[in-house]
Amino acid sequence: MRPFLRTLSILWLVLWLPLAQANSPEIRHWQLDNGARVYFVQTETLPIVDLRVTFDAGAARDGEQAGLARLTNSLLSQGAAGLNADELALAFESVGARYSSGSERDMAWLQLRSLTRPEALTAATDTLAMILAAPEFPEADLERQRRQMLVALQAERQSPPTIAERALYEALYGDHPYASAPQGTEDSVRALSREAVVEFHEQYYTAGNAVLAIVGDLSANEARELSERLLADLPAGDRAPQLPEPEPPEPQTVHIPYPSAQTHVLIGQLGIARGDEDYFPLYVGNHILGGSGLVSMLVHEMRERRGLSYSSYSYFVPSAERGPFILGTQVRADRTGEALEVLENLFVEFRAEGPSADRLQAAQENITGSFPLNIDSNRKIVGYVSMIGFYGLPLDHLDTFIGQVEAVTQAAIVSSFQNRLDPEHRVRILVGPEGILADEDE
Amino acid sequence: MKRIIVTICLLAVAWMAQADDLGIYEYELDNGLTVLVRPDHRAPVAVSQLWYRVGSSYEYRGVTGISHMLEHMMFKGTERLAPGEFSHIIARHGGRDNAMTGRDFTAYHQQLAADRLAIAFELEADRMHRLQLTEEEFVNEMEVVKEERRQRVDDIPTAVMMERFFATAYTSSTYHQPIIGWQEDLDNMTLDDVQAWYDRWYGPDNAILIVVGDVEPEAVRDLAAEYFGDVPARDIAPPKPSHDIPAPGERRIAVRIPAEVPVIVMGYQVPSGATADEEWETYALTVLATVLSGGSAARLPSQLVRGQEIAASAGASYSPIARLDTLFLFSANPAGDTGLDTLEQALNAEIERAREEPISEAELERAQNQIMADHLFELDSMFYQAMQIGMLETADIGWRELERFEAGIRSVTPEQVQQVAQRYLIPDRLTVGLLEPIRQGGEQE
Repeated sequence: MRPFLRTLSILWLVLWLPLAQANSPEIRHWQLDNGARVYFVQTETLPIVDLRVTFDAGAARDGEQAGLARLTNSLLSQGAAGLNADELALAFESVGARYSSGSERDMAWLQLRSLTRPEALTAATDTLAMILAAPEFPEADLERQRRQMLVALQAERQSPPTIAERALYEALYGDHPYASAPQGTEDSVRALSREAVVEFHEQYYTAGNAVLAIVGDLSANEARELSERLLADLPAGDRAPQLPEPEPPEPQTVHIPYPSAQTHVLIGQLGIARGDEDYFPLYVGNHILGGSGLVSMLVHEMRERRGLSYSSYSYFVPSAERGPFILGTQVRADRTGEALEVLENLFVEFRAEGPSADRLQAAQENITGSFPLNIDSNRKIVGYVSMIGFYGLPLDHLDTFIGQVEAVTQAAIVSSFQNRLDPEHRVRILVGPEGILADEDE
Repeated sequence: MKRIIVTICLLAVAWMAQADDLGIYEYELDNGLTVLVRPDHRAPVAVSQLWYRVGSSYEYRGVTGISHMLEHMMFKGTERLAPGEFSHIIARHGGRDNAMTGRDFTAYHQQLAADRLAIAFELEADRMHRLQLTEEEFVNEMEVVKEERRQRVDDIPTAVMMERFFATAYTSSTYHQPIIGWQEDLDNMTLDDVQAWYDRWYGPDNAILIVVGDVEPEAVRDLAAEYFGDVPARDIAPPKPSHDIPAPGERRIAVRIPAEVPVIVMGYQVPSGATADEEWETYALTVLATVLSGGSAARLPSQLVRGQEIAASAGASYSPIARLDTLFLFSANPAGDTGLDTLEQALNAEIERAREEPISEAELERAQNQIMADHLFELDSMFYQAMQIGMLETADIGWRELERFEAGIRSVTPEQVQQVAQRYLIPDRLTVGLLEPIRQGGEQE
């Protein structure tokens, strides 16, 4: 051992006490009469509140009308309860509140950050309540949002990473609702009607389909009162039905020619759904393989050893149904073949053998030791709490997190990677200059 | 190989401590290292950031991008550590680490459990003066940096356009240069260049150590003295001034490259917190940017995106945190078939309005409320708190600006906002940049 490490191991002995116990935030949970589920975490240091209302109203509910979920979500704040877009924006911004909204495949959400000063919080949450209960979807605003979506789709054509992501989901999911992109296509967006928006809203923006997360400097009573003021006027409605299970795709390579300096590479397989019993071994395994930035195996092979790329990574997208597992990199076009080989060999090897004992231990120490960093701000906590509520994870998910990570074994990683991932059913997306596939055959 | 001597430091250190409303404690070690500590006990974690006063604005043609390249090489081993080992040690202690390079700074940061701070300090002190640069690592890492340039600039049309825009808008100022460096300079950079850059700028007397988190200030001071105390000072000379020519004259570029969405950017040369003769000007410019673009109800989204419906997006931005004069920027994408000339006229009409008439009291109050609320919201992130302090320090503004900020914003008047618009939003300070896409098939916007 080199001298410096000796010094460190001395330090290690001195400092290797159990980590300061990170108290997981205490999550309080209740349900309103109309069925809305509420999750609350009290944090007292800063006089602010973060709110997120999540609906099972993402692009997976688009049906034949790709882009419908996103258009509906973006229109909520463009007119409600007799106020127009300017008046609603003024109502938030006059009291310094920040409103935003968004939608992806599983969910659509509205988010608010406000000061807890009563006049600010009351004005901001009253405005949010109007947007939730009485959006009007004015025709003129709909046309404007449609044009903006078309500009975004046009911009996508100059963004190879976005082109690659769309192609990956299409190839991976075939006929499944996850196949289509939340931003839709130019044709589908042109065809969206106000009637469809109103219908979509009626069906999915209901209390039964809603999860509210509140994090901030409020008492439990204040949070309860706030949750009722925000959601009590929503119709009860039903929870959206379960999505179908996706089928594994036929293996394929899709090369989309693009005049870029780099090839954007995505290799996708079906991964896991939220709540999967193998979640923790897969999580720890992926952390080692390509989920831990500079210290991951992928970065070591691709960047540190070969100088092939600036960024290489792997990740799961755990979703309501099996979300993708993705290996990705951006690499100079003339070395695409080499990069593919390195990525795929590393994955196959890792799936067969798992990590070394040392890497596993290092990863467990990293994940458990850095756990407090995951919950060191209101913004991060509201993200976790929304996720727990939306996917119905146990309320003690965060409390048991460290123990679950520590219990992962090398054998569990190997068997979970072999059970859940299948490189025979992978799709490869390459977006980059023509001729790179010939390179692959060298 | 020498052994690191962990001295229990008995240096005669001239401690200078001061706490105030903000709860920021400042100390200076004998070797010139500034230590700034802000306790925040919400979670048992701390962020540690080491900021060096060197960035792309310290560079000159031939070695542009070298501060950023050196940042990458700082992870490539010391006399005692193998390449990459730094990050592995931090990770093993439950930490996260990375680094960033800006125009005025190079900063290295770790986030970890507060009781592991010593690990970060020992490693940072080591590479502050015992970096080991090798040709092999340099050659490999230069390939990585070139990939980073391809990824961040070359394959993103708006990034290509902005690089050329800044090279036009800044004339004699070194803000002219891209942080990642010109391709030609990357192609010709040598290991000796990087070594010289390290020797010239890296030392405790050119660095600021910032810790925010679940810590006690005096304990952090003692720990800093223990680990950084025996790093020798280097007597680092400050950079020569590289200010811009005042009001250099109106410029205009049209960038025609393969792309899809047209963009217009208009940048006016304005003072920063470091260069302003009168500090109120920077607060008035901040309020003006918020009135124009601070939210969905602000003038540009409300007039250009809604209202006239000619822009898919439209905004303005100004940050006073810069060592040299900076830019008050407008930018917009057209909606539908609107031409860039129409958008430019509409932006000019808004600029004209700001010069011609004072903003309303209601707009002023709303902007002030938004700025102060955002300022408070920022406290939610310990990382951002440390970053703000580091940026203020390396921009030669100083963290005490945070003490003056609220009073400064609250004292702005509508007349002052009009005055800065009249003084600075004028053609001689303006650069217009257009991205005119060449679409597939050769069609041009």
